[in-house]
Amino acid sequence: MSRVDEHRPLVDLGNERPQVPATARIMSPIVPRASISGRALVAVVAIMTFLASITTGAVLLVSASAAEWQSDVASEITIQVRPLAGRDVERDTAAVVEAVRGQAGIIEVRPFSREESAKLLEPWLGTGLSLDQLPVPRVIVARVQPGTALDLVGLRARVTRIAPSVSVDDHRAWIERMRSMTGATVFAGIGILVLVIIATIISVSFATRGAMAANRPIVEVLHFVGAGDAYIANRFLRHFLRLGLEGGVIGGGAAMLAFGFSESIAGWFSGTPVGDQFSALLGTFSLRPSGYLVLAIQAVAIAAITAWAARRTLLATLDDID
Amino acid sequence: MGGSWPGRGQDPGFRAHRTELRVVRFENVGLRYGLGPEILRDLSFLIPAHSFQFLTGPSGAGKTSLLRLLFLSLRPTRGLVNLFGQDVSLLGKEQVADLRKRIGIVLQDFRLLDHMTTYENVALPFRVMGREESSYRREVIDLLRWVGLGERMDALPPILSGGEKQRAAIARAVISRPQLLLADEPTGSVDPTLGRRLLRLFIELNRSGTAVVIATHDITLMEQYDARRLVLHHGRLHIYE
Repeated sequence: MSRVDEHRPLVDLGNERPQVPATARIMSPIVPRASISGRALVAVVAIMTFLASITTGAVLLVSASAAEWQSDVASEITIQVRPLAGRDVERDTAAVVEAVRGQAGIIEVRPFSREESAKLLEPWLGTGLSLDQLPVPRVIVARVQPGTALDLVGLRARVTRIAPSVSVDDHRAWIERMRSMTGATVFAGIGILVLVIIATIISVSFATRGAMAANRPIVEVLHFVGAGDAYIANRFLRHFLRLGLEGGVIGGGAAMLAFGFSESIAGWFSGTPVGDQFSALLGTFSLRPSGYLVLAIQAVAIAAITAWAARRTLLATLDDID
Repeated sequence: MGGSWPGRGQDPGFRAHRTELRVVRFENVGLRYGLGPEILRDLSFLIPAHSFQFLTGPSGAGKTSLLRLLFLSLRPTRGLVNLFGQDVSLLGKEQVADLRKRIGIVLQDFRLLDHMTTYENVALPFRVMGREESSYRREVIDLLRWVGLGERMDALPPILSGGEKQRAAIARAVISRPQLLLADEPTGSVDPTLGRRLLRLFIELNRSGTAVVIATHDITLMEQYDARRLVLHHGRLHIYE
């Protein structure tokens, strides 16, 4: 195919030829920013990111607190010596304490005194009661060396021989329940995140379709001058990526601020029943630095999902337009 | 004359040479919209490289449809369309986009982008090619001066007159020196003097190697330049060399 002569000037202006400005002209964007209903989309992405961040933050808090409880509880065993007719509970307790101290892997043994045992019953029985006539069991708490496999069966057999009314509890049932609860919380959190991401994709797809419909004349002209679908999609994609990032920064930033201030807000409620329950469940209510990093990564991921959903819709719409 | 082209059934060497020289080849092309009647029938013709032709015929004869077939914005209902040596029915979307970079088109409704200045509209093909603004600034400004839009470079299309829009659309179509230029009534909105000037632009472009197809009703315009005429009548094409 013969080529067009590109070296020869297309038009000859002779003496009329003007001076060409040396500085580059500021070119308008190919897709005008105002033609994409950005504010609504930024608001949607910001709300979605905020909800996703709050969910993730709450899951991280619950997981961290549950892990702390589990490690605390797992590193302890509780031994109860119940009073039995014909046996001296004080002597049995002292003998059991000695036996437990001699067990490999036990680093600390602390028997609760009568007063301490009575204090444990206060929430149920109230104060000022004489417990002398009640068969209140004596409690011994033993701390286990972290990382060692305690021979619980051997220990249980040994202390039962010393005091037949003794029971040894390593809190396994409690830990299992805690694990199930934490797992359920994380599962629910992931479920909410998936719903939030699906809602984001749907919202972005609608917004993209609307923007493409509004800019159809631009798309047609770009086709006329030989622009391919990938070129046109990329012009629109920049807008959507920017809108997604704006929404992500606003939503993610608001969630981070909420977690940043939550410690002080929790402080206002300390001493109240609600505040105490929350602090028992979620500890100090503050995220670790790694938690903030996770929220930041999540905000960027939502912006990327926004751009991906926009690109997918753009290419599908361009197929229809051509 | 008529709907055939010279050289059919000649030896392979001649055919290969002819392929190099032609930009467009139509063979028995027909077009209908939906279930309606066939508006273009059995079109068989060549558009050689460097050639200049007027496409004419009464209103509703199918001139714009033929231009759209040539620009690949319509696919034929039947027949073979070959552009730049490629069977267009076998091309993917990106290949069609690449072919369109070699074609310039001026439509009756101009299709300028309202948010861009005249300068930016004319420079759009270069932007799509990914060229730096400094590499085409001189060319765009010279062409805008030539078509009489030197003082309107920074104006937005909504404030341009019909004639000014038409000239901007023509400038955009020719700026990248396409190998094939298609123009639909390019002088319809301008006075005779400017019409002659625009015709000179097309002739100049043709001399630098572009095959030009101008769809027009304007007998005066056709009389100014002795060129091949493709006449559409009742959906059939008659060629007057």
